[in-house]
Amino acid sequence: MSLVHEIDYGTPASRSEKQVTLTIDGRAITVPEGTSIMRASMEAGIQVPKLCATDMVDAFGSCRLCLVEIEGRNGTPASCTTPVAPNMVVHTQTGRLKDIRKGVMELYISDHPLDCLTCAANGDCELQDMAGAVGLRDVRYGYEGDNHVRARNSGEINAKWMPKDESNPYFTYDPSKCIVCSRCVRACEEVQGTFALTIEGRGFGSRVSPGAHEHFLDSECVSCGACVQACPTATLTEKSVIAIGQPEHSAVTTCAYCGVGCSFKAEMRGEELVRMVPWKDGQANRGHSCVKGRFAYGYASHKDRILNPMIREKISDPWREVTWEEAFAHVASEFRRIQYQYGRESIGGITSSRCTNEETFLVQKLIRSGFGNNNVDTCARVCHSPTGYGLGQAFGTSAGTQNFDSVEHTDVVIVIGANPTDGHPVFGSRLKKRLRKGAKLIVIDPRRTDLVKSPHIEAAYHLPLLPGTNVAMMTALAHVIVTEGLFDEKFIRERCDWSEFEDWAAFVSEEAHSPEAVEKFTGVPADLVRGAARLFATGGNGAIYYGLGVTEHSQGSTTVMAIANLAMVTGNIGRPGVGVNPLRGQNNVQGSCDMGSFPHELPGYRHVSDDATRDTFEKLWGVTLSNEPGLRIPNMLDAAVEGTFRGIYIQGEDILQSDPDTKHVSAGLAAMECVVVHDLFLNETANYAHVFLPGSTFLEKDGTFTNAERRINRVRKVMSPKNGYADWEVTQKLAQGMGLSWNYTHPSQIMDEIAATTPSFALVSYDYLEKMGSVQWPCNEAHPEGSPIMHVDGFVRGKGKFIRTEYVATDERTGPRFPLLLTTGRILSQYNVGAQTRRTENVAWHAEDRLEIHPHDAEQRGIRDGDWIKLASRSGDTTLRSLITDRVAPGVVYTTFHHPDTQANVITTDFSDWATNCPEYKVTAVQVSPSNGPTGWQQDYDELSRRSRRIAGKLEAAE
Amino acid sequence: MKMANGGEAPSLPEKSWPGGDSMNIRVSAGDVAERSIGIIRSLKHLEGPMLPILHAIQAEFGYVPEDVKPIIASELNLSRAEVHGVVTFYHEFRDHPAGRHVLKLCGSEACQSMGGDRVADRVREILGIDFHQTTLDGAVTLEPVYCLGLCACAPAAMLDDEVFGRVDELCISEIAAEVRR
Repeated sequence: MSLVHEIDYGTPASRSEKQVTLTIDGRAITVPEGTSIMRASMEAGIQVPKLCATDMVDAFGSCRLCLVEIEGRNGTPASCTTPVAPNMVVHTQTGRLKDIRKGVMELYISDHPLDCLTCAANGDCELQDMAGAVGLRDVRYGYEGDNHVRARNSGEINAKWMPKDESNPYFTYDPSKCIVCSRCVRACEEVQGTFALTIEGRGFGSRVSPGAHEHFLDSECVSCGACVQACPTATLTEKSVIAIGQPEHSAVTTCAYCGVGCSFKAEMRGEELVRMVPWKDGQANRGHSCVKGRFAYGYASHKDRILNPMIREKISDPWREVTWEEAFAHVASEFRRIQYQYGRESIGGITSSRCTNEETFLVQKLIRSGFGNNNVDTCARVCHSPTGYGLGQAFGTSAGTQNFDSVEHTDVVIVIGANPTDGHPVFGSRLKKRLRKGAKLIVIDPRRTDLVKSPHIEAAYHLPLLPGTNVAMMTALAHVIVTEGLFDEKFIRERCDWSEFEDWAAFVSEEAHSPEAVEKFTGVPADLVRGAARLFATGGNGAIYYGLGVTEHSQGSTTVMAIANLAMVTGNIGRPGVGVNPLRGQNNVQGSCDMGSFPHELPGYRHVSDDATRDTFEKLWGVTLSNEPGLRIPNMLDAAVEGTFRGIYIQGEDILQSDPDTKHVSAGLAAMECVVVHDLFLNETANYAHVFLPGSTFLEKDGTFTNAERRINRVRKVMSPKNGYADWEVTQKLAQGMGLSWNYTHPSQIMDEIAATTPSFALVSYDYLEKMGSVQWPCNEAHPEGSPIMHVDGFVRGKGKFIRTEYVATDERTGPRFPLLLTTGRILSQYNVGAQTRRTENVAWHAEDRLEIHPHDAEQRGIRDGDWIKLASRSGDTTLRSLITDRVAPGVVYTTFHHPDTQANVITTDFSDWATNCPEYKVTAVQVSPSNGPTGWQQDYDELSRRSRRIAGKLEAAE
Repeated sequence: MKMANGGEAPSLPEKSWPGGDSMNIRVSAGDVAERSIGIIRSLKHLEGPMLPILHAIQAEFGYVPEDVKPIIASELNLSRAEVHGVVTFYHEFRDHPAGRHVLKLCGSEACQSMGGDRVADRVREILGIDFHQTTLDGAVTLEPVYCLGLCACAPAAMLDDEVFGRVDELCISEIAAEVRR
């Protein structure tokens, strides 16, 4: 094993089709026009010395080290900023160049500390490498005089010296080691798009400055790590590298946070993770990362992690640590007893969107073949189940139509109900990059998200609609496009059912769906809606990106269909730069849906009533499968309260915190006789569990995750599971305990079984993934290389289907008692229920959930910024602190749901999507009033949590 | 705001500076924000509006107050860092108020070779301050400059907006006396 080596070509690749041939150091090389001499040299295997160039950012030409001589041209041009030309003859090493380079290096080193042996970058320092490359042996200028290196110059305080900035929890900034190459500044601008860094001052006084000479933590920095990755010296260094040292081997793996599915190199020393570095060949992230994937992996070794299986008779008892054998035997006998007593349908399970495809496949296999029923569901129920349903109806597949690269070709983007710069930050950066190059943006969101306006980005239209009125808004956009004749008739005639279109067009053309008519529900001025519709229909390649602000509504599925209608009516399907793109929440929520986690669907979205599909699995598994759809999560809980559902196996999901109407969830769980929680931590659901099976992290197992663009990415094991078993092994042992004769020795065998049974995965295997890096399903005989873009020559279902989308207001309405609308969302530094990110240093950015409220609403209620307030709905109440901001409109309040003590889902109602039961998280009528402290529910719950987390023989932590 | 070197940055306009009691420019923070927004909005339509805005801000307040940087950033849709980078790049923009007059002495090659250093020594002696300092009575701030583009008439100096050529020790003494009147 060794470090995965990535070549730095110095400047980005040129996209030109035209090829140019030139000679570098006697070698002929052909490269695309527009390529720099530096990159062409590197492709020819010649490394020109460089400091300020790196291929993640554009050439800058400031370090003066990469000079070359070109025959027939004067001087010594910089190879990074000089493009190749036909028949050019370049020399990268001449006497003159050697002298210049040595002289430049001498100047650099004369203002750089000589502490290489004790420096954190020792072994990974480009400055050191270049000193070696140019043969620097002596610094004639000495080290006296003006410098940034020493705190004191012969006793006098040195005003130019600055101490280390250690404010960021993950990396340090040591100005004394900076060579002012501005790679960090350019990475922040070009790659991340935050513009948090600058060079302050000029000449010798130049220094890198976060914000306006602020600390990193106080500045605009979002801690994505792009600057740290770009830094050629120890100036910006991961604190983990400072603490541990340089890594010695690495493996490419996939981040386990959001649905972007970034590829990372896990850089290791032995079994200790030194750092995660984004992999440039990762096709989802293209070498970029966010604060979560890059840095927030500390939860994997957090002291709260449970490493031994535990059992208890009653949830009021303390936990008792047991052996794995005892735990498996206990679960098997309990589940068998419950089924014997209450019937085959009385148990079920929940697959995890956090676990691998292979693990998810096994859990649903255990339920279908071991439990003998279809009582399996997954967290997509509470997020993107409407996407599956809506897109399935309109196009014939339950997934996004594009790859992330597609955004580079888009001209007009609609972002609706999504906040990519917080929720899907790496995609957010890629979108912002495209917007800076001129693409237009329409944001449909009740809240003024960062995309609406942030440095160098401004939405052409922001339609701040009232929560719950998405369908009215999308239909109004379609109304404008149809009535103003802006639709793409050729596309519709070729690709869709014309008579369905005519029916739909007549429907949307009704006056009731005009922007003027819906203004009274949506609250958005009609002229804005008309302008946005015209822009989307006529602005070139149009792409729609959406998130949970679309799906988590009583009309979630309808909005998804309306989005599909809008894409079809404007002809924006089936090529790069267009499409319908759900931004999936969890790392593997796409995969868990693909793997048959729904009660009505076998892997590959095939209905359980389909005899041929069942037959495939029955033959392979040697069992008879039920042809009746099983229970969804809310139905399981209802059945539990009624007494017909008594046992559940929950892998890697915290339904108590993430599912709606917390009191109902807790009542359902409390009514069960055997709740088995398989997780890293004693999560909130575990408060009601009888058996706890410790889980393993993504670093501790092999497998695959499927991201939002249907990309199947490898997850590679870099350390042994601290709990003893990877999650797929735990499920297998549980199945064996229940009498199933499973015998997988590696997850690749599970993938082979998936490929053998599921047509859209037919060609997928670990060997194939090794060869291809990653593939996007469908990957089969028809699409051997996978499918970056879907519906290219026609829709999967045949003709695209236009569906009428009648707006029906939710039953959750404001009134005198609950006059405000609450909507919920996420923040960059925390992830969903926070079980992982709360156990990392990310709490430095977001230590608690706050309620965003407009100054007008706050003033009416006598609430000041930071006050404790009570948030009450028809379902329940909770307390948290206020944040007064005009990001939300008057009448709308907003909070995140990352912290269990806030219990935002105590507030949310049990209304849900008509088609899929996806809960209506995004609209709750509430009242806000000043408060003194936690509500009774919060206090009771705190006490319950404390009691239910006791482990016999272990003292409670003193803190 | 804290500086990276641990000290307090000069951020609040109402803070008094060396010799500040006799400063002629005293504004409160609220005023600064309001007046800056007016200035920025009247100039932001220009192509490359940042420098005209910074000049106008400095003309208004005598310096570029720290608090104005985020306002410029927000109005021009830039980051705070970018505005800070531009402001600190130009020596012309100061982060605290100057004296009533600003006297700039050119220190470029032509002026040096024509005796600019002697002129500089003389004026420092008369005023009792070094470059970048302001006299205790707040009358004048002395700044070096490279260059005024007046090399043909070196050594050159500039008092407020007026340039002086072929400056000698006598001439500079008169200028110094004038500004302290």
